[in-house]
Amino acid sequence: MIEALTSFLPPILADHAVVLAVVIPLSLAPVAAIMPNGRLGWLVALLGTLAAAILTLSVAGDVAQNGIISYALGDWAPPHGIEFRVDALNAAVLILVSALGLLGVVYALPSVADEIARDKQSLFYSAFLVCFAGLMGVASTGDAFNMFVFLEISSISTYTLVGMGAGNDRRALTAAYNYLILGTIGATFFVIGVGFLYMATGTLNMADIAERLPAVQDSRVVQAAFAFIIVGLGLKAAMFPLHLWLPNAYAFAPNFVTVFLASTATKVAFYTLIRFVFDIFPSDAPFVQVSFLWVFAVLGVIGMIAGSIQAIFQNDARRLLAFSSVAQVGYMMLGLGIGTMAGISAGVLHLLNHAMMKGALFMALGIFALRFGVRQISDLSGLARTMPATSVAFTVGALSLVGVPMTVGFWSKWYLVGAALDAGWWWAAAAVIISSLLALAYVARLLAAIWVGKVPVHRGEEIRSRAPLTMAVPLWILAAANVVFFFDLSPVLELARAAAEAAFAGGIR
Amino acid sequence: MIDLMSGLSPAWPVLIAGVLCAVMPWHYARKALMILAPLAAGLFWFLTPQTGVFGVFEAAGFTFETFRFDPLSRIWGLVFVLAAFLNGLYALHERDRMSDTAALLYTGAGLGAVFAGDFLTLFFFWELTAITSVFLVWAGRNPAAFRAGHRYLAIHVLSGVLLLTGAVLYANHSGSWQFNAVDVNAPGGLLILLAFGIKAAFPLLHNWLQDAYPKSTAVGAVVLSAFTTKLAIYALARGFAGLEPLIWIGAIMTAFPVFYAVIENDLRKVLAYSLNNQLGFMVAGIGVGTALGLNGAAAHAFVHIIYKGLLFMTMGAVLHRVGSTKATDLGGLYKSMPLTAFFCLIGAGAISAFPLFSGFVAKALTISAVAQSGQTIPFIILVFASAGVLEHSGIKIPYFAFFAHDAKKRVKEAPANMLLAMGLAAFLCIYLGVNYGALYALLPFSMEAYQPYSIDHIVGQMQLLLAALFAFTFLVRFKLYPAEIPGVNLDTDWFYRKAGNDFVRWSWKMFDRMMGALGHVRARIRARLGDRLFNVFSPAGALSRDVPSGLLAIWTSVLLGIVLLIAYLA
Repeated sequence: MIEALTSFLPPILADHAVVLAVVIPLSLAPVAAIMPNGRLGWLVALLGTLAAAILTLSVAGDVAQNGIISYALGDWAPPHGIEFRVDALNAAVLILVSALGLLGVVYALPSVADEIARDKQSLFYSAFLVCFAGLMGVASTGDAFNMFVFLEISSISTYTLVGMGAGNDRRALTAAYNYLILGTIGATFFVIGVGFLYMATGTLNMADIAERLPAVQDSRVVQAAFAFIIVGLGLKAAMFPLHLWLPNAYAFAPNFVTVFLASTATKVAFYTLIRFVFDIFPSDAPFVQVSFLWVFAVLGVIGMIAGSIQAIFQNDARRLLAFSSVAQVGYMMLGLGIGTMAGISAGVLHLLNHAMMKGALFMALGIFALRFGVRQISDLSGLARTMPATSVAFTVGALSLVGVPMTVGFWSKWYLVGAALDAGWWWAAAAVIISSLLALAYVARLLAAIWVGKVPVHRGEEIRSRAPLTMAVPLWILAAANVVFFFDLSPVLELARAAAEAAFAGGIR
Repeated sequence: MIDLMSGLSPAWPVLIAGVLCAVMPWHYARKALMILAPLAAGLFWFLTPQTGVFGVFEAAGFTFETFRFDPLSRIWGLVFVLAAFLNGLYALHERDRMSDTAALLYTGAGLGAVFAGDFLTLFFFWELTAITSVFLVWAGRNPAAFRAGHRYLAIHVLSGVLLLTGAVLYANHSGSWQFNAVDVNAPGGLLILLAFGIKAAFPLLHNWLQDAYPKSTAVGAVVLSAFTTKLAIYALARGFAGLEPLIWIGAIMTAFPVFYAVIENDLRKVLAYSLNNQLGFMVAGIGVGTALGLNGAAAHAFVHIIYKGLLFMTMGAVLHRVGSTKATDLGGLYKSMPLTAFFCLIGAGAISAFPLFSGFVAKALTISAVAQSGQTIPFIILVFASAGVLEHSGIKIPYFAFFAHDAKKRVKEAPANMLLAMGLAAFLCIYLGVNYGALYALLPFSMEAYQPYSIDHIVGQMQLLLAALFAFTFLVRFKLYPAEIPGVNLDTDWFYRKAGNDFVRWSWKMFDRMMGALGHVRARIRARLGDRLFNVFSPAGALSRDVPSGLLAIWTSVLLGIVLLIAYLA
């Protein structure tokens, strides 16, 4: 299916599509910043993400047909110059980021207009474009140091975006501050790890590192590099127990930022983890093998149980979903930790699916917040009567989160449990099931409030409201995706399988 | 396309009607859907030309058989359609979109599950029955119903999860997802049995039934009583026919609810207990596993859905008019609701298996099957339980609701649509008892040789019934019958409703305290080290208060240490 997408762009664009998908949003960021009002800023952001999405489709088609794309920046040949390198693994991530970025921007206008001060709106969109370009860059680059640069670009703009929630709730500032401290620690760890790798191999190009590492894999330097890199990236991916920045950041950021971050940022970080663990480090080295079980699987399992339990006791709706995100990252980590092809593909599958469900959930919450200032779970009471359509979409996302059949979340759990059983990991399969039951508990709190709670009444009349069209459409696209892909999973599954194969084949090597 | 049309499962029209119902703003259109959908499903049932597997499609590498029409699923499908029609009629007066939608979807899911040919399809519909039916419990719209619904949902989702896990294991072992006779000793076999057992309300797994059904609405309880447990009985008959322990499980199921039912005050809860007892007969028949035993289970399920539905309908009518089904609030209603009382008596006659009522021709099969299998003790228990049925369902329900001391409740007769539904069900109770050939022709195995109205059957049954009647009269006359007192009877669900809940609360409190104690310890250590360090780094004490980012940094380093250690040791 994806193969058909190649060459729909003129060659001059198609040849440079990889890099343009990053450069266009990045260079539109200052343009957005000088726009006189938020509406124009939004338009620029829309253009940027739209261009990136189209270019990404072309890239994905190219990858599906030709395998790996390698693009030398400024024609400096790869081992020395910076290289952009896309295979099926990061093609999937690029599709995810650009698609959700585009949907997010379409959704953003009313929400941002409501939450961000008028004179800061174009700056807000500018920061968003920087963040978006950074994430796209992380997912495309084939150079380890360049990856650090893009990580920092996306992170720093994210701190800004989170901090802009201060207009609504001053706690956004502390949340952003905490995130900044921790994000910086994570980035520092990562760059220290990359430095060690450079020390051991004398190169920064990821493919090149991968080639040279097996020869020196027994050295302590490489092992230290491994530890620093997975902790650094684990922090960015909100791996338990490094997730503490996430709940507040998601809960107090502007709604649109939460939608975007929840569906893309941790996913990109998770991609970098797969890339490093499977492709760059020799995955048959003993220290990598041991870390599958003792780091990723164990922390993943603890994370999905602890995150779910913590979610049950939250009162703030977005905080609840944020803790659920921690649990969901646990599922992905478990998939990674299983370490088989099936495990990785289950992890990537859940990565894609989770973006759909959390995207839909946070979008619906954003609409509720726009209309009624909803923050607490108790505020959701009776919204099924007040905003029926949005409530249905929210419910679809929530059921998908639990993994109820007829939603795509079911397949996530299905393949994950299957992969765990294939590997003989009974305890992991049991943990997935327990965590799903816990998910049922916290989702039931949300749904009970919406569907069974008392309907808000104003002067004896039930309040009615509906979502703005530009917000409802992206929400419904995501909610429908949750159901449609249940019945025909093959496009998503194909992406995930190809990604896992690429990771396994050492797409970089 | 032709293939698809000729073998469409009767579940689809009902499910589609359910979805339409959810978005249908007009009350009358919804009611029309509730009547027409079962008729359409019935049409599909009749038009299916021969037995076989239809509606097969493939998705995601699995084969889904959505419509397996064979002698076993045929009879269950028919009675589900029939029950759905009666329910639609009975619910005609009720203005509740949630309840209408849930009832249709739930019926459709039940049909889908009965016609499922493989475990995956079965699992989908199995879960769908749970998720849709819980809304019928919630339709009670009070906190008690709401909490009971939660418990109900949790247990049924657990059953689905067990089923799926068992099916995965079993399919790995047998290499096929087909849902046929299951070997209980194979991996996953026990899990599947447990999943079915939960839905069939096996002893100790039964509490959800008495917990949830009586808390539903008048209509909700009627709908609920028809499908969930009978679906489980079907699944047992399909998967575990001839499994000997089931005879014992069935015998115990028939016996123990009798005591609860006799002392219970809420008459709908009495019916829920007697539902349990009836299921025991079917489970015992399945345990015997002979043609006669399975026929007994199937015939019993068929007539049971109708007369149990009828009894729930009469109690629903009482609830609708009086507002309560507590025995202490009722009595003497035959004066104001004569027709309902009459239908209730017919239902009572059927459930007590009086000759010429449908219960008689069905129960005779099961008891004969158990007798022929040579299991003496279960046989005696079943006979005793038959007397118990008469005691609590046959006499207690009509007696305390419609006769006994007059509670001076003067209400209107039940609405016309309820009367019509009850009348139809009552007619079927008698029709199937008299023209039992029609029932026997539907059964999965040929029944030519069997004659229910033999002298020894009739005499034996009448002896039993008369003795039980005498006992009841005697006890009531001399005021020895357990008085109807408003109260709560403790069942084993106390363990999870009260003890489990308390335990979780207790652990949470203890955890809280432990964290508090740890805080003290930390404070003491800090005091011992002196606050000087803190003062140096944050004159205002801001840093010492700002635990989160500091704590996080510490976590990060700890994790780095651990990973380093792991990497070094590997």
